[in-house]
Amino acid sequence: MSTYLIKNANLLGERVADILIQDGKIAAIGENLNAEGAQIIDATGQIALPGLVDIHTHLRQPGYEASETVETGTRAAALGGYTAVFAMANSNPVADTAAVVEQVDRLGKESAWCRVQPIGAVTVGLKGERLSDIGSMATSTANVRVFSDDGMCVYDPAVMRRALEYVKTFDGVIAQHAQEPRLTEGAQMNEGEVSADLGLPGWPAVAEEAIIARDVLLAKHLNSRLHICHLSTKGAVEVVRWAKSQGVNVTAEVTPHHLILTDEKARTYDPVFKVNPPLRTEEDVLALRAAVAEGVIDVIGTDHAPHPAESKECEWACAANGMTGLEQALSIIQMTLVDEGHITWADVARIMSENPAKIGNLSHEQGRPLAEGEPANIVLVDPAARRLIKPEEQATKGKNNPYKGMEVPGAVRATFYEGHPTVLNGELNTPRR
Amino acid sequence: MKHLLDTRELTREEAIDILDIADYMAQVKAENKKLSLLKDKLVVNLFFEDSTRTRLSFESAEKRLGADIMNFAAKGSSVSKGESLKDTAQTLAEYNADAFVIRHSADGAPYRLATAGWTNIPVLNAGDGTHAHPTQALLDAMSLRKFKAARDGVDSRGTDLAGLRVLIVGDILHSRVARSNLWLLRTLGAQVAFVAPPTLLPLDTHAWDAEIFHDFDEAIATAPDAVMMLRIQKERMNAAYFPSAEEYTELWGLTKDRFEALEEMGKPFAILHPGPMNRGLELCSEAADANESWVLRQVSNGVAVRMAVLYQLLCDGTAAKLYAENPGNLEL
Repeated sequence: MSTYLIKNANLLGERVADILIQDGKIAAIGENLNAEGAQIIDATGQIALPGLVDIHTHLRQPGYEASETVETGTRAAALGGYTAVFAMANSNPVADTAAVVEQVDRLGKESAWCRVQPIGAVTVGLKGERLSDIGSMATSTANVRVFSDDGMCVYDPAVMRRALEYVKTFDGVIAQHAQEPRLTEGAQMNEGEVSADLGLPGWPAVAEEAIIARDVLLAKHLNSRLHICHLSTKGAVEVVRWAKSQGVNVTAEVTPHHLILTDEKARTYDPVFKVNPPLRTEEDVLALRAAVAEGVIDVIGTDHAPHPAESKECEWACAANGMTGLEQALSIIQMTLVDEGHITWADVARIMSENPAKIGNLSHEQGRPLAEGEPANIVLVDPAARRLIKPEEQATKGKNNPYKGMEVPGAVRATFYEGHPTVLNGELNTPRR
Repeated sequence: MKHLLDTRELTREEAIDILDIADYMAQVKAENKKLSLLKDKLVVNLFFEDSTRTRLSFESAEKRLGADIMNFAAKGSSVSKGESLKDTAQTLAEYNADAFVIRHSADGAPYRLATAGWTNIPVLNAGDGTHAHPTQALLDAMSLRKFKAARDGVDSRGTDLAGLRVLIVGDILHSRVARSNLWLLRTLGAQVAFVAPPTLLPLDTHAWDAEIFHDFDEAIATAPDAVMMLRIQKERMNAAYFPSAEEYTELWGLTKDRFEALEEMGKPFAILHPGPMNRGLELCSEAADANESWVLRQVSNGVAVRMAVLYQLLCDGTAAKLYAENPGNLEL
């Protein structure tokens, strides 16, 4: 394997040093390093972070290859600075058996742009009725530890209880998509001032908060581990803060888009802004940012959700939920949290790499510190760069990008996945095959 | 004006100009004349939702202006009928359409059609979901303006609705008529008050420039000049928006007792309803058939308003130009 010497990188924004990469590992970190025959990468002015880990990605394969494949989705991930993604279970067939998660695992290894860790469904067919083959997925070669019906809420409290208990067998975690179904029938956007004007059926904040409140109480009662996907409301933050103060073993996630976009975007009736949970209000956005800074929210999950053009080139009510985000996540986090002074680059490493790896039981190989002997999963980002978002230039198949036309700060210059540069000079290089 | 999508985008001057044009068109209709202002123009009526009344009203308006007409009817969304709105619109545009009149059950469909870059044909919103129904609001404003002018013994042309107090009663939450009226009536200077149970109001109305009443009698006691009753959809009952039809009528219907309370104000007032009416549910027959009822005059004004909007959109028409040229040689 090749040897790489990264010169003058700013590690976590804390100190400038060289990083020597050999045999897939960080061989040395220090000043004025030299290595014979090493490929030199000048990282002057660039921040070095551990490779990012996305706890919430939709790779769409198997079944929805028109939207995305493991190959295209992981190319997008590499370009976004990711060295690992957790692939959500709402494929077709649903990832509710060992066969499907092993297929996704194999596709990930074949593509090799980053680590692909399959998530298993909590219930058969995401129907919320019967537990899926949780044990066989956990013991399969895919080694599943995160279970989620994302897109659907595990709404039946008895099923949720059993799921939370059962996954303890494998130190698994349930990642809940918190949405009370009866309160959100036909819902199209956040319920509030804007939905009043537009007449679109509202998705009330309480439908999210009520499920989170129920589930943290269940997790407390059962002493189970719970992860809440994509928090989107101020009230949800308050519930999670309370739960943590009670010692509940709960972690919380927020998407980049919920940290920057609001329901005012629905006034365009452009379904590129249709997402579930919906874009909320400015007040929610500010509360979510503060919650990341405070540590109530543990991780950034992209909820990268590619769709074919025809699923968005239609009336709002007919359009699919979701937006792409792997290739912009780091920029949006820099813009809304780092540049705004809420968090440091070391915090970025924590919420976008270390914590998601821990939640997903992947911390033996991902989300590691930048230190000698560690796997060389590294992203180099130029925080001074400015770039215009052009969806047509993305690696993901999904052109449903809500940041189209926006200028954002920060650009990933290189991504090293286990010592191999999947991205070099800001462009896709080669997979680690 | 390139499109008419919502009344919210209309300025006071633009709204008054449309109403002045509509008054002229009403005279065309009263004299039972036809104009050729839209001769050689092709208007495509895209109806993705059943609406016999609105479709007939538009057709009547288009024919009275001499337009060529194509009707496209397909119930349901793009998904259910298997062809997207984009493809339907682009296909029909190839027939050299000069305007789309679109009715759709999905909120924002006309807005998408106008702004998505699929075609550059003017779009006239004939009602979308629970969002907007601008021509209904314009015909309501036209009716209210005529009521006010007749009451005050003046010519309606050039006037607004300043000083009028209008109650809009019923299912505000699901009503495109209520929303479009709120924007337009406020722009024209009227006071608007909504009367409804909390279940039939949006949760957050603080940004709306309207009073909210949950008690119809209390609202009537504020001496309104007009009461607009909205149609109640029977399926709302099954979804627990209110307990029963009987209770709805008792609390929010324009019953005989309430009609008499309006009469006892001792001043002229108008009753409006966008139709079709549920007699006995949201209003009693005494009110529907009273001299104060504008229900049939609303239908007539609907044709005039739609003629006005078509003329404005397709001919860059203005009231000044119309009255100066006097097409049809009306007895003005």
